[in-house]
Order: sequence, then structure tokens, then C-alpha cells
Amino acid sequence: MTVLASSSSSSPLQFWGYFMDHRSEDLGWLWDHTWLSVLPVVIGLLIALPLGWLARRYRWVYPPMMSITGLLYTIPSIALFVLIPPIFGLGALDPKQVPIALTIYSVALLVRVVADGLASVSDETIQAATAIGYKPVGRLFRVELPIAVPVITAGLRVALVANVSIVAVAGTIGMSNLGQLFTQGFQQSTPDAYYPPIVLGIVLCVLLALVLDLSVQALNRLLTPWRRAVRT
Amino acid sequence: MIRFDSVTKRYPDGTVAVDELDLTAPSGKITVLVGPSGCGKTTSLRMINRMIEPTSGTIWLDDEDTAKIATHELRRKIGYVIQHAGLFPHRTIVDNIATVPYLLGWDKKKARSRSLELMERVGLPPHFAKRYPAQLSGGQQQRVGVARALAADPPVMLMDEPFSAVDPVVRDQLQAEFLRLQEEIGKTIVFVTHDIDEAIKLGDQVAVLRVGGHLAQLATPAELLTRPVDAFVAGFVGRDRGYRALGFSSAGTISTHQEQTAALGAPTPYGAENGPWILVVDEKQIPQGWLDLDGVKPGENVITDGMLYRGGTLATQGGTLRAALDAALSSPSGRGVVVDDAGALLGSITASEVLALIEGREREPQP
Amino acid sequence: MISSVITWLNDPSHWRDTRLNTGIITQLEAHLRFSGIALLIALLIALPLGLFIGHTGRLSWLVAAANALRALPTVGVLVLLTVMIAPNFHGRTDTGYVIPTEIVLVLLAIPPILSNTYAGVQNVDPAVRDAAFGMGMTGSQVLLRVEFPCSLPLIFSGFRSATLQVIATATIASYIPLGGLGRFIYDGLAQQDFPQMIGGGVLVAALALSADLLLAAVQRYAVSRGISGRISKKQVAAPDSRLATVTQAEVATV
Repeated sequence: MTVLASSSSSSPLQFWGYFMDHRSEDLGWLWDHTWLSVLPVVIGLLIALPLGWLARRYRWVYPPMMSITGLLYTIPSIALFVLIPPIFGLGALDPKQVPIALTIYSVALLVRVVADGLASVSDETIQAATAIGYKPVGRLFRVELPIAVPVITAGLRVALVANVSIVAVAGTIGMSNLGQLFTQGFQQSTPDAYYPPIVLGIVLCVLLALVLDLSVQALNRLLTPWRRAVRT
Repeated sequence: MIRFDSVTKRYPDGTVAVDELDLTAPSGKITVLVGPSGCGKTTSLRMINRMIEPTSGTIWLDDEDTAKIATHELRRKIGYVIQHAGLFPHRTIVDNIATVPYLLGWDKKKARSRSLELMERVGLPPHFAKRYPAQLSGGQQQRVGVARALAADPPVMLMDEPFSAVDPVVRDQLQAEFLRLQEEIGKTIVFVTHDIDEAIKLGDQVAVLRVGGHLAQLATPAELLTRPVDAFVAGFVGRDRGYRALGFSSAGTISTHQEQTAALGAPTPYGAENGPWILVVDEKQIPQGWLDLDGVKPGENVITDGMLYRGGTLATQGGTLRAALDAALSSPSGRGVVVDDAGALLGSITASEVLALIEGREREPQP
Repeated sequence: MISSVITWLNDPSHWRDTRLNTGIITQLEAHLRFSGIALLIALLIALPLGLFIGHTGRLSWLVAAANALRALPTVGVLVLLTVMIAPNFHGRTDTGYVIPTEIVLVLLAIPPILSNTYAGVQNVDPAVRDAAFGMGMTGSQVLLRVEFPCSLPLIFSGFRSATLQVIATATIASYIPLGGLGRFIYDGLAQQDFPQMIGGGVLVAALALSADLLLAAVQRYAVSRGISGRISKKQVAAPDSRLATVTQAEVATV
């Protein structure tokens, strides 16, 4: 703890000064971190929607699909990062391995979420929609998916917040993102602790997670105006 | 005996659920609390085993002030049956029933054999013992609930809408078995329901409560039907009161007419003494249904099951006026069928004869 | 690439300790030790706390607070704690790295166990809880004999999720640097020895899968069949058939 007080420039509270000094580099990492967190979730959702629909539509698909996605989700992120290149025929350290791994995670998480979200639509609602004259496809997009939105957005929030933390892990194997701030801080901490980049990294990661989380909540409110009406 | 002595329950927000209730549930009898929602019937029941604490007043269990007994000890002395049974999903049926014996420290063998004995009592086959609640239907779960409440042989049972979550056919069955069980065990029972028909069917005495937790009337079912104290009770007791009250008047020994019969499987007769309808019985003289001889089609020369009209009800000799009248009214021939305790045919009675019986009895039924 | 990874994994000298290198077995033991200690501590904290909060409804803000911890980047917290703590330990000991790692692993494992235990107790059917109290169980009897066994499926899923995260993050602890299977990944990276790096990834994935399978087996054994629903099909259908026959007898008609 003596370290904290010894030098003002290495104090944890100096992270803002550190940011101003290395602004362009830090903003670049923030941008990389942001798209690495968001894009895999978007792609993952696009893949998970048809798969989740299949698991809902054909009940026998559900158990094996949940086993496979559950299995993928058990693989630790750092292991998945290094396993992607040989499986996809990439070079041992290819920048694409991180978004691919995160997309796999997102699909694994969101397939279950989409299937459960569709299952949250009551049978009465589905029968009523069919009785009114919706064909299966129209019913899916105009009735079932809108009703499943709250469940799906809840899953998106979990996926995004988890991704922000996992992307930082990729920093430890040299990928460009906010994780680099931890690597830098760690390297500059011998012999004495140098906090600013580490604290800056944590603060930016938490802020990013918060902003993404709030954005999805806002999206949810936008897509489900009827829920606001009920709540008041 | 359970006695409410000016018991009040007032919630912190000022709502009064039960207001100065005085009520005695006599030993060995079924006391039914009935009323619309918000009348405080469930609150009153739950104050007995102190699932809810009264704000003021005293509830006596025999000579003991319930407030002076530790809650868990009080509750182990009182059987408790609730609407959705509330069985423990992780325990087998036999262990569910043995809950209170286990709590009282009985040894496992004794508790289990008691549990099996109770399963038989409430009409559950012994092979259900190792099953889990999720494997039972609603009606079966409710039987387990009753057995669990009886396990330690408590003198008192509290039942909170125990039969309202099962379908009407099963409910009728459970009610009938419950009455038969009570005849054997003679517990002091407080029973809550919102269904006035259930209250009248089951209660030795019925307490009608009105919203705000006031006792409107405490009476026997027959008295409630014939002499409701005010417009609220009259409205709550509902229509057909006069007819339903007949259910509490004995028809005495009915003198019946002899009824011509035909046997199931016998040749179809060409005619009958009293019009086109003839009563069909089996080899034990148990009535099976009415046959309309005018409606017999060519080729139907033997009486079969499918030809019978089965809409009529039966009156048992020594039963109620209501059953006798209903038998006559529901019979297509106008002749109500009267049977003995074994279900064998005694004879028939017409509606006007039952009406004569009704008019001939003392005008005021003794409650 | 794949064949060279298999070759690396098949080389017996990579499994035993040698004069120059620590073998897979030793690193696996280290990995299991860090993870096991953290999971045990987290379980001892989060399980009783979750049961207490779920049973009493008090302190439920703690669950929300623990969940908010999930937004922290684990690597960042690990590095931060390491540079804070490690310099206070000198000499040939890895205590300075073990302590921050264990703190991070425990912090990571608490939220899933805590929130799932809490949710498990909260989700117990109110009628079941009402019946338990009504039978005359004391508060602690209701908690231990009813609420706890009924929450086991959720508690297990929380613990399994915690286990996976701990095993994953213990791998990253090799970065700060500490023993464990992650050593092969980071050493392989530093030495540009990609078969070793990828082989390390295979080992970590295999460890995570085995741990999850083991816990799934324990869960199968520990959770009552009445809750998990693993009940033989032919026993399930339970219509009130017996009732129906008796009912017909009582409402006899002609």
C-alpha cells in the first residue's frame, strides 16, 4: 500500500491523465473492443434465430441442440481462442480467431434464449393468431418474435457484458483491444506498481459494458411499447 | 374445541380482515367458514395455527390459549390441508405423509407403517408409496394432503379450500369420502370454502362471513337454507333454497308401488302394464335403466345395454325427500325408483306422492 | 497443424516433469488446486448467504451487488491485484501471485452460486413453504429440509457455471505468471511453439468438460427424482381412474 502514495503519477487516480497522454492509441483499442464485443453478438443472433426456431418447432431438436450449445459454452475462452485457428485453417495467431470464438459463444447462448423466448409465447396467442389468418411465417415475425423480444434482449445483455470481459482476455495473447492496457500496466509494474493503464482499462471496460447494457434495455423498450403501457 | 374470543386482525395498512369474531367450533364436528372473497375466512383459519397472528383477542384450543404455545408445537398438534396440497416435491408419498411423525421424532419404521395405513384410509393404493407428488393427479395429491394432515392423529384439522382445485367429478368423490372418513375419525374440523354448496354438504355448522370479517350467521345447513337471518345471507345461500332444504328432511319409510321389470338380455316384451316405459334390472334386481317399448326398433328382440335410458336418479329407502323427489322428476316414466341399501329395487313412487309427503310433514323442520 | 498438436500431446516427456520443464500432470494438479480452493471458499461464503437471503428476504441487495461484479473485466482485476500484492512478497515463493489469483477466482465464483441459491429458494412453491410451516417445522427445518433440497437444481447449475468460469480464469492466471495448464498456452505463445500452445488449449477444454460432466453426474445423484423429473414413463400417467369408478357407483342412475 506504500506504493499508492509514493509517486503521484503512478497513483490509480492518474488514469485520466494517462488516457489524455495516450489518447489515439487508447481510443483505437476502445473501438476494437467495442466492435469485437458487439459484432459477434449480432452475427450470433442472426444464426441463433433460425436454430432457436427449429428447436422450438421440432421438439426433438431441442435436447441435442442444447447439449451441443452447452458443450461449446463450457470451453474456456482462452482455450477456444487458440483452438479456432487449427479448426478453421487459420494461422496460429490470426486476428479473426477472436470474433469467431465470440460468435460461437454468442450462438451457444442465444439459441437457448431464442428457443425459450419463443416458448414464452402462450399457446392461446398462437392459436388466436392462426385463427385470425396468419400464415406460419407471418405469425413468427409479427406475433411470436415481438412477444419473445424481452426474453431475447435479456439474453443479449448477458452475452454483451460477458463479451466485454472475454475480449480483454484476448489482449493477453496480443490481440488489439483494451486488454492491451492490462498488458502494458503489468509490464510497466516492475519493480514498482504502475496503476494508471490498469485502472483505465477497468474503467473503460466497465463503462463499455454499462453503455452496451443500457443500449439493449433502450432497444427493448423501443420494441415493446405495450409493456410500458401495462406498467404505468 | 376451538373458540374465537373477540378476535381481530388488522393489517398495518389499516385493512381489517377479521373484526371482533366470536365463534366456537365444537369438538368432533365440521365447522365450515364460508363467504365471498375478502370476508376473512382464510385469515380466521390461519390464525388458529398462528400462520397469521391475531391483532387482538384470544383463540382457545380446548382450555389452552394458542398464543401461549410455541408456534411449531401448536402446529404439530393441528392437521393442516391447503388448496394445492403443497406436497414436498422432493419426497416420496410415504415420506410426505410421515412429515409430522418425523418431526415428532418417531422412528422411521413406525412413521412409515403409519403412513401406509393412512394411504389405505384415504383410498390410495399401496404401490403409490414410492412415487413422487409429480406423478399423481390433483385429486390424488389432495388425498395425500389429507393423509399427511392426519399422520400424527391430531385432534384438530384445518382445511383451506382443499377440494376447490380439482375437477367437479373428483371433488364430489373427495367430499363424499371425506364425510365417510370423518365419521370414522371424528376430528374437530374447521373448513374454509367459497362454495356455499360445499359448505352445506359438509358442514355440521356453517359460519357465513361477510366482507370485512363480520360473522353474518352461524347455523346448521338446514337452518341456513330455511331461515337466513338477512338479505346478505339469503342472497349468498342462493336460489333453490326450498328444494335444497329437502336434502335435510328424511322421507321416512316410503310406501312404494310394485314395478314391473324386465331383465337385461331377456326378450323384449311387447307391452307393459303402465304405458310404454318398463324398468330393466340385472340378475341381482339392481335397476339398470328404463326401456321405451314404443321406441323398440325391428330386430331388437333382446334387451341390450344400448337401448336403455339412464338419465334417472335413484332414491334410497330411508333417504331424504330431495332424493325421492329428484328420482320421480328425473324418471322418464314419472315413477321414481326406490332401492334398498344394497341397491336392489323396492318399488316406485310418483312426484305427487312425494309432494304429499312434503306437505304432510311438520311445516317447520327442526334444525 | 493438427497432427503436430497430437504429436505434442502424445509425447510422454511432456507429461512428466523434466529438469527443464514442468510436465502436464504437475500443471494439472496446480490448476485443480487453485480452482478447488477458490470454489470451496466461494461455496462456503455464497451458499449459506444465498440460503439466508432467500429464506429471510433480507439483504437481497447483496445479490444485485454481486451480479454487478460480473461487469468487471477479470483480466484487469487479476492484473490490478497482482501488481498491488505481488511486490509485498519476496524470494522464491509464488504466494504473491497465488493470493491475487485466488481473490479473483473467489470473486468470480460467488455471483453465480449466490444468485442461483437465492433464486432457488425464492422459487420454491409458496404452497410448499406454507405447508412446511403449517406442519410445524421451525424456520431452520423449513430451510434445510424443504427449501434447500428443492433449490438443488438451481444451486447445482450455479455451481457448475462458477466451476467453468474458475477453470477458465485459472488458465489466464498463467499470464501473471503462475502454474496451471495455461502455462502451455502462454509459454507456447512466447516461444512461438504453436503445437504446445494449441495442445494447452485442448487440455484446458478437456479439463472444463470433464469437470462439468463430473458435476452433472453428482447432480443426478444428489437431486431428488421428484424434482428432476427423472421418473420412469410408465409410472407417470395417473388419471383418477379408481375415483371415477367409485363416483359412478355413488351417483348411480337408472
